[in-house]
Amino acid sequence: MKQLAIISGKGGTGKTTLAGAFACLAKNKIMADCDVDAADLHLLLSPKILEEHDFFGMEKAFIKKDICISCGKCREICRFNAIGKTYIVDKISCEGCAFCAKICPEKAVEMKKNQAGKWFVSETKFGLLVHAKLGIAEENSGKLVSVVRGKAKELAQEKGVDLVIVDGPPGIGCPVMASLSEIDFAVVVTEPTFSGLHDAKRVISAARHFKVEVGLLVNKSDLNPEITGKMKSYAEESNISFLGEIPFDKDVINALIAGKNVVETGNSPAAGRIREIWKTVKDRIYDGDT
Amino acid sequence: MKIAVASGKGGTGKTTLSVNLALSLNRRCCLLDCDVEEPNAHIFLKPKFLREEKCNVLIPEIDFKKCVWCGKCAEVCAYNAIVIVPPSGKNEGTGFVFEHLCHSCGACEYFCPIISSKEASSATEINKEIKPRRLAKSISERGSNQCSGSAKAISEKKKEIGKIEFGRKGKVDLITGRLNVGEIRAVPLIEKVKKNISLNLDAIIDAPPGTSCPMVEAVKGADYVILVTEPTPFGLNDLVLAVEVLRKLSIPFGVVVNRYDYGDDRTLKYCARENIKVLAKIPFKRKFAEAYSKGIPLVEEFPECSRLFSDIFKRIESEMFS
Ligand code: SF4
Ligand code: SF4
Ligand code: SF4
Ligand code: SF4
Repeated sequence: MKQLAIISGKGGTGKTTLAGAFACLAKNKIMADCDVDAADLHLLLSPKILEEHDFFGMEKAFIKKDICISCGKCREICRFNAIGKTYIVDKISCEGCAFCAKICPEKAVEMKKNQAGKWFVSETKFGLLVHAKLGIAEENSGKLVSVVRGKAKELAQEKGVDLVIVDGPPGIGCPVMASLSEIDFAVVVTEPTFSGLHDAKRVISAARHFKVEVGLLVNKSDLNPEITGKMKSYAEESNISFLGEIPFDKDVINALIAGKNVVETGNSPAAGRIREIWKTVKDRIYDGDT
Repeated sequence: MKIAVASGKGGTGKTTLSVNLALSLNRRCCLLDCDVEEPNAHIFLKPKFLREEKCNVLIPEIDFKKCVWCGKCAEVCAYNAIVIVPPSGKNEGTGFVFEHLCHSCGACEYFCPIISSKEASSATEINKEIKPRRLAKSISERGSNQCSGSAKAISEKKKEIGKIEFGRKGKVDLITGRLNVGEIRAVPLIEKVKKNISLNLDAIIDAPPGTSCPMVEAVKGADYVILVTEPTPFGLNDLVLAVEVLRKLSIPFGVVVNRYDYGDDRTLKYCARENIKVLAKIPFKRKFAEAYSKGIPLVEEFPECSRLFSDIFKRIESEMFS
């Protein structure tokens, strides 16, 4: 079984659109939406939820009013400023370190389970999708990403599916790290902007840290041909496969508004390019396998 | 006034809006780049950087000469960031602190029972030092007193997680938080960047995208939040989540729809239904996207746009003071 990840240095580069298009083009696969903070892939796939599970994050402190003697100890030691003057814990600020619970002389602090999100297995028009929703203001620690990926892998093995497509979170933080382990090939999606190259380099170095093979792709490449050119030469110099360019194409948005994928709706320039790129990516994933 | 610019997802034009707003204010103001994973405001503003500061957090370190392998520190750590391996047979005891898991809560040092006899006299000092609220309050601030903490077998040391850069361009002071590559803790850095807000200057905060902790930390304490979105199904999905966060935090907010003519009307309908103020609709123009790709702020390339941004301010002010 192979695992393909679509990642980007910053959000809004077209990562999910591409993941959706690959999902449509790949024959036998399972999809995993690991952008759990802003999960959007399901919007392209019209999922029917088969399974729903709770995801528990760090526990949160809760002070039992009737036992608390207002000694102030917990408030003194809490580094996260989570305990107010009236000894009520602010659930958003509490990071669940349990220091207060251990220091309270009256044992008035209870650490309570905290449902930090949900994750789902869904049936979609292109196959099974594992996706999740992190609750608002929760810590995006990568644990939920690991749960989603673990389930996708398990399903793939169970059903004898040979490819998992991972829509990774943007950025370079902890969730991205969790998305990159055990990946066979990562497609880095970027835009030809001044900041795009810089952001792409950061995420590529993260991928290389995990010894993941990467390919670079420039979306909306004609907005700044000069920077697109620079990205191409950067890829060549650094021994990264340059997967191609996708031109700016209004059909991409039109398809999205119709709740579809650009490769489903016809033969726009972008769709054509994405099909070519998919062929290249497919060859790279199964490179060396016979 | 403190205005935060946020967005449920990246790439909607949050930074562009922040920079253009700061430039069209036409009075001294402060722009805080709190998108610390990928700070980009300086690319557009092109300020002169004047100085920088380090941002540290506290991470414990075990002194194996003092440690008696009781395992208390590992036991109290809620994040499993410490492993203690007691000596067995010929093998010496050892221990590890996994820095990426540590949240700098301070529990391990506090509960370590070992205080070396030589330094025992300073033990009361340590307790005093950990206790006062002012010192315990911020994870990033306490480091200056670290020496006296070393009386314990496990004690906290400063670790740099990022930098804060101070720059200026015309009337705009730029304060950028930049997380070091490989670091994952954005929240303490954002907290420290925001400490630089001065009360007598307007502040514009460029918040990190999304709706998890870093975004909440960045918008906390703002007088008003501008949510930037684009009228696509993705944009709307993420806008709804961001609205939920701000309602939970009870911060007043309005929406700016970027590339409004480049999608459908579901976003505007949603705002109308939810009684959310639309502060501005910015049209999609290829020349705007090209200026962006070159790192040029709209108001510099197209001075006629500046009204669009100063109007956003006027709307917010009239809403806040009416
Ligand atoms: S330490 Fe315990 S008793 Fe003291 S104020 Fe906190 S909760 Fe109340
Ligand atoms: S669990 Fe930790 S963060 Fe939460 S209130 Fe207690 S001391 Fe503060
Ligand atoms: S400071 Fe807190 S989180 Fe860090 S190692 Fe010690 S107990 Fe664990
Ligand atoms: S560092 Fe302190 S608490 Fe941890 S095992 Fe050693 S003696 Fe015990």
